[in-house]
Amino acid sequence: MSIEIFIQQLLNGISLGSLYSLIAIGYTMVYGILALINFAHGDIFMIGAYIAFFAVAIYALPWWLAAILTIILTACVGMLIERVAYRPLRDEPRISLLITAVGVAFFIENLAIVTLGARPKGFPVPAMMATNFDIYGFRISGVSIWVPILTICLLAGLLYIIYRTKIGMAMRAVAKDIEATRLMGVNVDRVIMYTFAIGSGLAAAGGMMWASKYPQIQPLMGMYPGWKAFTAAVVGGIGNITGAMIGGLIIGVVEIMTVAFFPTLSGFRDAFVFAILIIFLLVKPTGLMGEPLKEKV
Amino acid sequence: MRRIILLTVIALSILSMSAIAAEPIKIGVNMEMTGAVAAYGQMGWEGLQVASELIPMEVLGRPIELVLVDNKSDRVEAATATTRLIERDKVVAIIGTMTSGNMLAAGAIAENYKVPMIGPSTTNVLVTQGKKFSFRACFRDDYQGQVAARFAYNELGARTAAVLSDINQDYCVALGKEFVNEFKRLGGRIVAEQYVRTGDQDFSAQLTIVKNANPDVLYVPNYYTENALIAIQAKALGIKAPILSGDGADAPELIAIGKDAVEGLMHTAFWHEKAATNELGKQYVEAYRKKFNKEPNAFGVLAADSLLIVIDAIKRAGSTDPVKIRDAMEATKDLDVFTGKVTIQNGDAIKSVVIREVRNGQFDYLTTVHPD
Repeated sequence: MSIEIFIQQLLNGISLGSLYSLIAIGYTMVYGILALINFAHGDIFMIGAYIAFFAVAIYALPWWLAAILTIILTACVGMLIERVAYRPLRDEPRISLLITAVGVAFFIENLAIVTLGARPKGFPVPAMMATNFDIYGFRISGVSIWVPILTICLLAGLLYIIYRTKIGMAMRAVAKDIEATRLMGVNVDRVIMYTFAIGSGLAAAGGMMWASKYPQIQPLMGMYPGWKAFTAAVVGGIGNITGAMIGGLIIGVVEIMTVAFFPTLSGFRDAFVFAILIIFLLVKPTGLMGEPLKEKV
Repeated sequence: MRRIILLTVIALSILSMSAIAAEPIKIGVNMEMTGAVAAYGQMGWEGLQVASELIPMEVLGRPIELVLVDNKSDRVEAATATTRLIERDKVVAIIGTMTSGNMLAAGAIAENYKVPMIGPSTTNVLVTQGKKFSFRACFRDDYQGQVAARFAYNELGARTAAVLSDINQDYCVALGKEFVNEFKRLGGRIVAEQYVRTGDQDFSAQLTIVKNANPDVLYVPNYYTENALIAIQAKALGIKAPILSGDGADAPELIAIGKDAVEGLMHTAFWHEKAATNELGKQYVEAYRKKFNKEPNAFGVLAADSLLIVIDAIKRAGSTDPVKIRDAMEATKDLDVFTGKVTIQNGDAIKSVVIREVRNGQFDYLTTVHPD
């Protein structure tokens, strides 16, 4: 493999990986605060893409307005899911919540198939995303330049909220100990609701970005990106936001490089990604940046 | 007195003979009229209606009657419908089903009863394999791959090709393999053979390899969703080679999703109305447009072809015995049907293949590739 192809493939990998990062941040944030793996995250991502599709393609809204509206509406969907499916189970064993999350994911997928139809729709790509750049002979799509920038901005914003605001402080407190936080007079339900709203808003941003790069939306579009982002979150250390970002890039680059270095194995690219998940869970379950697990007494 | 009795007997027997002669010959129609793939059955039935208006619906001096049974797009129902058509309606042959899966179930029943069955659009290789009474009025999946290779080599002048097929779909893998074999046989070189998976959305790694191999043509025998995204990403990466696909590309979504990236994409197909060059085909297009006020489709015309094949076989068999009809169907040679000429070999139709190209956001007719 020549160096040019290697660099092109690396760019492909980073471009794909930064999308995984964007989705993984939402996964890991909810986990970090509630220790709940929200398996419906990939499906909320799909809902975001559909809301943006309807806003732009059907209601002909300008893109900036559509994007804001999409993030707000998707955040509301996230809060609704939390209220209906997760809150009633908060004091139940963790496994019940996990199973419910899987149930919610299937419910959303099938509801979308029935109401929106299973046939894929073409996503209206915003002009600034659609242009392709030729830089020193390397092809980079507009989306690939915008996604990392946006991901870093969102990451900075998220870190700001968590470490510099009052609600962020409450979130960190909930992450440490829900009961103690409640005793301190914090409205825990509201804090958790906000957590879901932010997580779902991030999923919506990811959905719009993903659909801009791969302009085909369908009810099951969130499944594989969701699983891979979950893998990225585990690799980075689930619960750790910076780790999710790094994990996403690693997964994206590994996926592309599998094909680049072993062209005959191109059919196995997903198998490699999920093999990484298994290896990490076996060898380093806390991921690259996760804190070692502490047993609560 | 004796003369009178004789005359009466003769008169009566003539009368009764003509009564027998007026008894219609029944041909069963086993179609997906409702259920998951109802669109195929509906289109097939439309085609049969148009055909029965265009051609004389009688053979051996007896009228032909089509008996329609809905198989509800279900394998079990397709088998039951076959039994019903044979046992209760005493049909001499069956047209349908439209999909390969249902045909595999229904064909097994027809095989037991020794009644011939012809699937208008059942492309799966297994449909006719090892069966004497199962036929099809369309090309086989793998034949498409061969034709695509010949078209790429002879018409496009391609000498190197890259293949990107969906490893999850037997159909796509089969097309890809046939393309590779035929392209090599013709003297071409395969410079990249890559796989994707149904539901994949990122193909940048595979396409970077393709771009580096710089093929004269890129063959993507996949379904429309993957093909649309492949075309978009190939364009983004600056791949200039023409893209060639199979009939899986044939869906409006290909163009809705791919937009200008799929312009110039070519694919093998059963038929295009502009490919109707013989008199029958032209009449069909006109009659279909008049009756249904929309563009004629391949599924309808293939069902219409099936009817012609069956009627011709009954005529040549000179009998309504299903086994004799079966033998006559197998012996079909250069028969003029709506889509052109057809020859049947081991139950498979040997027909020309149409190449369509996306032009100005529409599937347009490019050329026809005739069998060797």
